[in-house]
Amino acid sequence: MNIYVLLKRTFDTEEKIVISGGEINSDGAEFIINPYDEYGVEEAIQIRDSQGGEVTVVSVGSGDAEKQLRTALAMGADKAVLINIEDDLEIGDEFTTAKILAEFLEDKEADLIFAGNVAIDGGSGQVGPRVADLLGIPYVTTITKIEIEGRDVNMIRDVEGSSETIEASLPLLVTAQQGLNEPRYPSLPGIMKAKKKPLEELEIDDLDLDEDDAAAKTKTIDIYLPRNKEGGRILEGEPQDQVKELINLLHSEAKVI
Amino acid sequence: MSRKVIVLGEVRNGELRNISFEGIAAAKTVAEGGEVTAVLMGESVRGLAPQMIHYGADRAVIVEDPKLAAYTPDGFSQALLAVIDQVKPEAIIFGHTALGKDLSPKMASKLGAGLISDAVAIEAEGDNIIFTRPIYSGKAFEKKIITDGVLMASIRPNNIPPLEKDVSREGGIFAVSADINDLRTVVREVAEKAVQDVDLSEAKVIVSGGRGVKSAEGFKPLMELADVLGGAVGASRGACDAEYCDYSLQIGQTGKVVTPDLYIACGISGAIQHLAGMSNSKVVVAINKDPEANIFKVADYGIVGDLFEVVPMLVRELKALLIKA
Repeated sequence: MNIYVLLKRTFDTEEKIVISGGEINSDGAEFIINPYDEYGVEEAIQIRDSQGGEVTVVSVGSGDAEKQLRTALAMGADKAVLINIEDDLEIGDEFTTAKILAEFLEDKEADLIFAGNVAIDGGSGQVGPRVADLLGIPYVTTITKIEIEGRDVNMIRDVEGSSETIEASLPLLVTAQQGLNEPRYPSLPGIMKAKKKPLEELEIDDLDLDEDDAAAKTKTIDIYLPRNKEGGRILEGEPQDQVKELINLLHSEAKVI
Repeated sequence: MSRKVIVLGEVRNGELRNISFEGIAAAKTVAEGGEVTAVLMGESVRGLAPQMIHYGADRAVIVEDPKLAAYTPDGFSQALLAVIDQVKPEAIIFGHTALGKDLSPKMASKLGAGLISDAVAIEAEGDNIIFTRPIYSGKAFEKKIITDGVLMASIRPNNIPPLEKDVSREGGIFAVSADINDLRTVVREVAEKAVQDVDLSEAKVIVSGGRGVKSAEGFKPLMELADVLGGAVGASRGACDAEYCDYSLQIGQTGKVVTPDLYIACGISGAIQHLAGMSNSKVVVAINKDPEANIFKVADYGIVGDLFEVVPMLVRELKALLIKA
């Protein structure tokens, strides 16, 4: 089975966000594999281990993403591809990323493509379905279980608290939801092996894609932090009095009940 | 600059979801006086169409087909493309719901268009429509515009208030037929695993539990409180990892990002990842034994105390008040 995993380098969830000069400041921040993509990497490795084949992880971004790709290789992926757009595209959006990925994937004859259902930074969740559409293959989003028999795929999909059982066939793109698996930590031998695994670096010029055809359709005009909440009010007195006061405040001051 | 806008309504259990009406309000802002067409798709949706007009749509288009009984990306995209082909909209509004999240990127790709996901506010300014959306799960916000092509956006439930319902409003209801075939994904079964009737993303009140709840059993008083308030129960990652509850209840940077009117955090310490998922709630109440807990920094009202004492007390008091009322 020829499996691809789309992977994004994101801020660690522990990081506070700092804005300077109208942009998110990433100085000194820790980066990780987007947690939802990490579920995809884990699932891809498990499927390969039981069914044979190869797992390739692909990232579109800057040269810094090499570290996260190496982590995926250390987890057990076989190959990595970094499409470095640093020098070519000033600012892309989901349309841009999907165009580039689809162009790269077009002749790869992928059987199964994993993506995260959302990235925890941009949070739009568009790239997976867009790539599937551009490739002309079906997709199933937010899956928590996947079973493959021959070309038949059975999945469970999380839909706002209920779960759908979905059937489809390969080739297919799926996006991972929390609960799909428990991603492994890279082992020491895994980390050593990862250093020797192939990591190919491409630029837009290496793809059959004109930069203008991937130009963003949207533009960010402002970034700001939410207004800081004033420290709240800690209620005092006996528990019974606190509860009564709370209900009173929620009703007459906050007007939410 | 007036625009022709279509807005996709959503049906659940035979009723229109509130997001449908919020979508109409959003579409009105984007339309700037242009025509707003509500679209309903399903096996049988005609009966619901007048409500879309009562909430402000100028007219409604319905696509009815047995193949649309369950949502599939192929079925719904074919039906919506048929509508787009007839209406030729300049903007399309979706809900940022399970359905909207799944369908809108496909539609944007089909139209070669930009899409702004998870908008929480929309304003018209000059020739632009400016969309505000959270990034980093609410740790920051961005304002965004569409620079080229059809304007597409999905709006977060609970953030854009619907217009007043006006049953005297009238508008045409038109059926569009679509050739729906070759569905490549099939829904075999839908299991309602949710223990609650109110969905987290739409809930006005959320009662949420963390590690301090100590067990699955410990969630019972929280459920009672949620019940009394007509809300839903949520959880922190800690509570989910400890298997006190299902991951579908998780609120945070991984998990759901929620903005209810009232968020009651019980036994939640307030890790930065959890705060990202809930700190934009309108009013936050924290109940925690530890007066130093981080959660108090984002809480409007705090009670330092044992949740197993405080929560049942809250339930009793609220019930007593309800009986009086």
